[in-house]
Amino acid sequence: MLEAEYILLVVAMGLVTYIPRWFPLFCLSQRKMPHWLVEWLDLIPVAIIGSLIFSDLFLMGDPRKLEVLQLKSVVAIPTFIFALKTRSLGGTVITGMVLFWLGTALFGG
Amino acid sequence: MGGVRAAWPICIGYIPLGLAFGILAQKAGFDMLDIALMSVVVFAGSSQFIAVAMLGAGAAPASIVLTTFMVNLRHVLMSSALAVHLHSVSRWFLSLFAYGVTDESFAVNIVRFRDGGWHPYQALAVNHAANFTWIASTVLGGFGGQFIAAGSFGIDYALSAMFLCLLAFQLRGRIYALTALVSGALAIAVSLLLPGNSYVVIASVLGATAGFALKRYGQGDGGSHA
Repeated sequence: MLEAEYILLVVAMGLVTYIPRWFPLFCLSQRKMPHWLVEWLDLIPVAIIGSLIFSDLFLMGDPRKLEVLQLKSVVAIPTFIFALKTRSLGGTVITGMVLFWLGTALFGG
Repeated sequence: MGGVRAAWPICIGYIPLGLAFGILAQKAGFDMLDIALMSVVVFAGSSQFIAVAMLGAGAAPASIVLTTFMVNLRHVLMSSALAVHLHSVSRWFLSLFAYGVTDESFAVNIVRFRDGGWHPYQALAVNHAANFTWIASTVLGGFGGQFIAAGSFGIDYALSAMFLCLLAFQLRGRIYALTALVSGALAIAVSLLLPGNSYVVIASVLGATAGFALKRYGQGDGGSHA
């Protein structure tokens, strides 16, 4: 493929992806932010990670459907406890993968 | 090279995703050069999947670009949070760094920055290790990903487990746990109401604002220990 039209499309996609990643870094990082903004931004990571995890664990399919109890979310419980107890990223990733693998083998996902 | 080491869960998680994208794109008529171009220039997993699906369905380029923009708007929030930790670097560095801001690299880097002693160059190494893995695995998927068994060794769970652990690292007080819970519940609710990926932005902004309000104006000592 790789026609001019495709290259143009990809470049446009690249730009609209890059600008939201670049703009706040470029504008915010070199000036002093008001205290309330720093305090608010302090909560943004946990809010984003919470949003990503909940939708990853409890939503399935397209169109999305809420499925609270399924292998992904059940495996998350021991994995999360392991993370809280050990605070080991590597160990948690391995534990999650092994449990999910076992779960898939036993229950077929 | 602590940066490359910190990136390994991302890399493991990107391999099955990248292969899946490559296979899908190849089936939709993309060759390896097409795939490489998109992975290098765009470097955004979910919007690449959506773009391939939309191209296959004959969507207009403008609507694909607009969808890409909407899907990736959430990175505004991530870059804003990262900016707090990137005071000391040049604007050239920031412009390069911005290229590699993804959900995954953001989560790993923000946790490390918070713990202290994380150098911007290590953060950049995380971005580029993830970037390299993504490009390589998408191209490999386009080359012959169907020969690699899907779902082996629970590899599909690597990113979920990584995010779970990074969430555990982020819970430094009651206010953080509450913010995560509120945001997560909102994400579910909004994602069921609205199509697309805007729910991450909406839920995170609302959730963080709720946590902020609680911390500032809430009764009791909800946030004072955080």
